[in-house]
Amino acid sequence: MEYPELKKGEVDLGTSIMGVAFDGGVVIGADSRTTTGSYIANRVSDKLTQLADNIYCCRSGSAADTQAVAEYVKFHLAMHKEEIGGEPKVSVAARVVGSMVYNNKDSLMAGIIIAGWDEVDGGSVHIVPLGGGVVKMPFAIGGSGSTYIYGWVDDNYKEGMTRDECIEFVRNGLALAMARDGSSGGLIRMAVIDKDGVERMMIPGNELPRFFDK
Amino acid sequence: MSSIGTGYDLSSTTYSPDGRVFQVEYASKAVDNSGTAVGIRVSDGVVFGVEKLLISPMLLHGSNRRVSTIGRHIGVASSGLVADARALINRGNQEANAWKSTYGEEISVKVLTERLASFAQVYTLYGGVRPFGCALLLGSWTEAAGPQLYMIQPSGEAYGYFGVAVGKGKAACKTDIEKLDLESMTCEEAVVEIAKMIHSVHDSDKDKEYELELSWVCRASGGRHQLVPAELRDSALAIATAESSDDDSSSDDD
Repeated sequence: MEYPELKKGEVDLGTSIMGVAFDGGVVIGADSRTTTGSYIANRVSDKLTQLADNIYCCRSGSAADTQAVAEYVKFHLAMHKEEIGGEPKVSVAARVVGSMVYNNKDSLMAGIIIAGWDEVDGGSVHIVPLGGGVVKMPFAIGGSGSTYIYGWVDDNYKEGMTRDECIEFVRNGLALAMARDGSSGGLIRMAVIDKDGVERMMIPGNELPRFFDK
Repeated sequence: MSSIGTGYDLSSTTYSPDGRVFQVEYASKAVDNSGTAVGIRVSDGVVFGVEKLLISPMLLHGSNRRVSTIGRHIGVASSGLVADARALINRGNQEANAWKSTYGEEISVKVLTERLASFAQVYTLYGGVRPFGCALLLGSWTEAAGPQLYMIQPSGEAYGYFGVAVGKGKAACKTDIEKLDLESMTCEEAVVEIAKMIHSVHDSDKDKEYELELSWVCRASGGRHQLVPAELRDSALAIATAESSDDDSSSDDD
């Protein structure tokens, strides 16, 4: 089987994305760079996409593929919400994304983190990588930039971090990834999702945290 | 009956002039003439009891069950035409499996009830089909939602209940249920109450022998629907029988 790859000129979300669960909610974040080859097609893109009132996804891979999947799942969850008469669960959203990616694995290039808050599980993070598997994790990273920070997140992730610690974890992780990965960059978009709703945040490119190069 | 001879009862595609669909009412009659089925929702679960009338003394004990399970977590007690009930329950199992493979979790009894009710309702609309001649009692217990009990009628109507009875003895059972304090009652206590109800509504002069089917889905069973353990069933039946023979000997009641 051939791996799915970008067509000539296809828009890529060469990306850095993260999601971290804390007691009572989740923090998600993404860089804002969208490229076609070496050209930056959009330097302020929003890769955090809402799937339901209480559920977001972070998209990486083909912009077209992940947008399409997100739209289908959004519709599915809206129908599901009507049928159950309440807010959908994050695990259900992840399952729907997972089976869509799995059933079309030959043609899709999509790596998606699904995160949100629900009554049963509280804040939770699920990752759907290339083949369409679904894994629930305390935190997840994804996109081309994530490869540069695996060691850093393993070192710096601590169980039981507070909401503010999680925000800082995501902000620093993404800044480090964006500094090293040529396909990531721009600014950082973040969101905190808990029982009260969604709070969105943005860190401009000139205010990103700096490290050895201070 | 006002329906007979008018021609308005031959198909469910035509209303009678006063707005009734007689085929649906006849289907309800099939339920009213069958053995009684009772479901009650108590503090820690849902208990079902069915008076299964035995059509022959040569039947194997425990065969042709009138209580069954959808998935592993939803209990179903049926009354009316057993074959029709089985067709509806089969559909319920298909719905439960489809739900689980799509969403990765069990279907809730509320959603299942709504889907089966919609399925049954379609059979009240067309020529060439007849409405289901059965009523289903559906119940479940989950940590999140607690005990839940629903009943689907041949018309496709479905409601949630604290306690419900269908079949021949439904009127007597309903008045019995209304006297119970369901909020504080446990499943073990409910088993005895249901045994008493079914035993008292069974008309041993007119009807054939019956077998009492008892099942529950509760906290103690871990949310699984299962038959009530044999010892508990036997002791409940013994209490019910003893009490009714007391009533017979001393007609003055207290």
